[in-house]
Amino acid sequence: MKKLRYVLLLLCLLACTSGYAQDDLLSLLEEEEETTEYAKASFKTTRVINGHSLENVAGGVMDMKISHRFGMLNTGAYNLFGLDQASIRIGLDYGLTDRLMIGAGRSSHNKVYDGFVKYKVLRQSSGKKTMPISLAVLSGVYLKTIEWQQPERENYFSSRLEYTHQLIVGRKFSESTTVQFMPTIVHRNLVATGDDTHDVILIGAAARQKLTKRVAINAEYYYALPDQLPTDRQNSLAIGFDIETGGHVFQLHFTNSTSMIEPGFLTETIGDWSKGDIHFGFNVSRVFTIRKPKKSES
Amino acid sequence: MKKIILNTLLLVLVANAVQAQDKFFTKTGKISFFSSTPMEDIEAHNKTTTSVIDTKSGKMEFAVLMKAFQFEKALMEEHFNENYVESAKYPKASFSGAITNLSAVDFKKDGTYKVTVKGNLTMHGVTKPVEVPGTIVVKNGAIQAASTFSVAPEDFNITIPNLVREKIAKQIKVTIDMNYEPLKS
Repeated sequence: MKKLRYVLLLLCLLACTSGYAQDDLLSLLEEEEETTEYAKASFKTTRVINGHSLENVAGGVMDMKISHRFGMLNTGAYNLFGLDQASIRIGLDYGLTDRLMIGAGRSSHNKVYDGFVKYKVLRQSSGKKTMPISLAVLSGVYLKTIEWQQPERENYFSSRLEYTHQLIVGRKFSESTTVQFMPTIVHRNLVATGDDTHDVILIGAAARQKLTKRVAINAEYYYALPDQLPTDRQNSLAIGFDIETGGHVFQLHFTNSTSMIEPGFLTETIGDWSKGDIHFGFNVSRVFTIRKPKKSES
Repeated sequence: MKKIILNTLLLVLVANAVQAQDKFFTKTGKISFFSSTPMEDIEAHNKTTTSVIDTKSGKMEFAVLMKAFQFEKALMEEHFNENYVESAKYPKASFSGAITNLSAVDFKKDGTYKVTVKGNLTMHGVTKPVEVPGTIVVKNGAIQAASTFSVAPEDFNITIPNLVREKIAKQIKVTIDMNYEPLKS
């Protein structure tokens, strides 16, 4: 009897011990501490097409952007469907940190110098810290240096200035799909007619859908709230492709806007898609790592 | 009777303690890789590799989070995760294998031992058998393991477009450096 109990006890304890001797060695370790994972690459670059995307350039990275908008497709074969005319913007963006970027540029259309600051207030994340959306704030100032239309009247320097403030709120829903909304206010110190208001409020929406790992389709639309702009103004609509090749991103698109800066494409668009007033255009982005980063994540 | 039970308990406890000392682990293992071409050098480091080694059976296991590889350039890191290893789809790479010449290693005695480890490497959803040379250093009851070997991205279904083919080496040099400590259960 005693022997039997002893054997039973041994068997029982052996069973307990064998519980330790698992095949999967890694399961011996306790669960790893959960980390916060930020959503990255919601768009291929910092612009959807004309306007800004949720993305910033990384800290220490400079992004050179060369953008063209050709003439309108409906100018016909004589102008090679607009290719004979081009408007250009050359810009440099720089990431001061992973969340704060600055940029400046110069557009041939209206000879505008522009500068902006963009800050990522909220970053979409999962894991330890969960945040369902990303939120960025953009503020830009724009200086038109084109000669005064009426040089005979008294013109002020301040009349050359325009401003844009924008919230960009969005979410990367999956590896391939991102949607964002952009409530925007444009302030113009000088307006052409009494029909224009100095402050123009718009709501924008944009989305990207990846087609392959390196190609995505983007669309962007800005709706100006009624009774702010003259009746000949159109809402800006653009559709295009992002093609990424190593250090470059090529964006090829169609848009009814001539200008590539916020006050321009938001308040001065006169092209009508239904009439074929469509510009073909491209943005080329090339990044350079200026400052070697951060060894560890904050 | 009581004595018997007590003896048994003691025996089992000792057995457990011994078994616990057979296994060593790390959560801060270092894995780095290096791609060298005339066009560009690419280097990435991971310092959060998890690994367990069973000195009794010679079994070794590794798990590494792909997103935890840090690159010099932010864009390289983005392309690595987005285009090559697709870390959202395949978050981890793992290795499971065993030391083939276990008899050559005395984990109780300080020293440097050459070993060969054979097993399966899983990355980007593809599992391949690999055999790599390594060194195990036993010192004051701690174990350090190191190895350098090459991996071809093509073997793991990682396709590299022609446009950047010249910038990424056909064979990526992988370096492993683990400092194990005893696993207390």
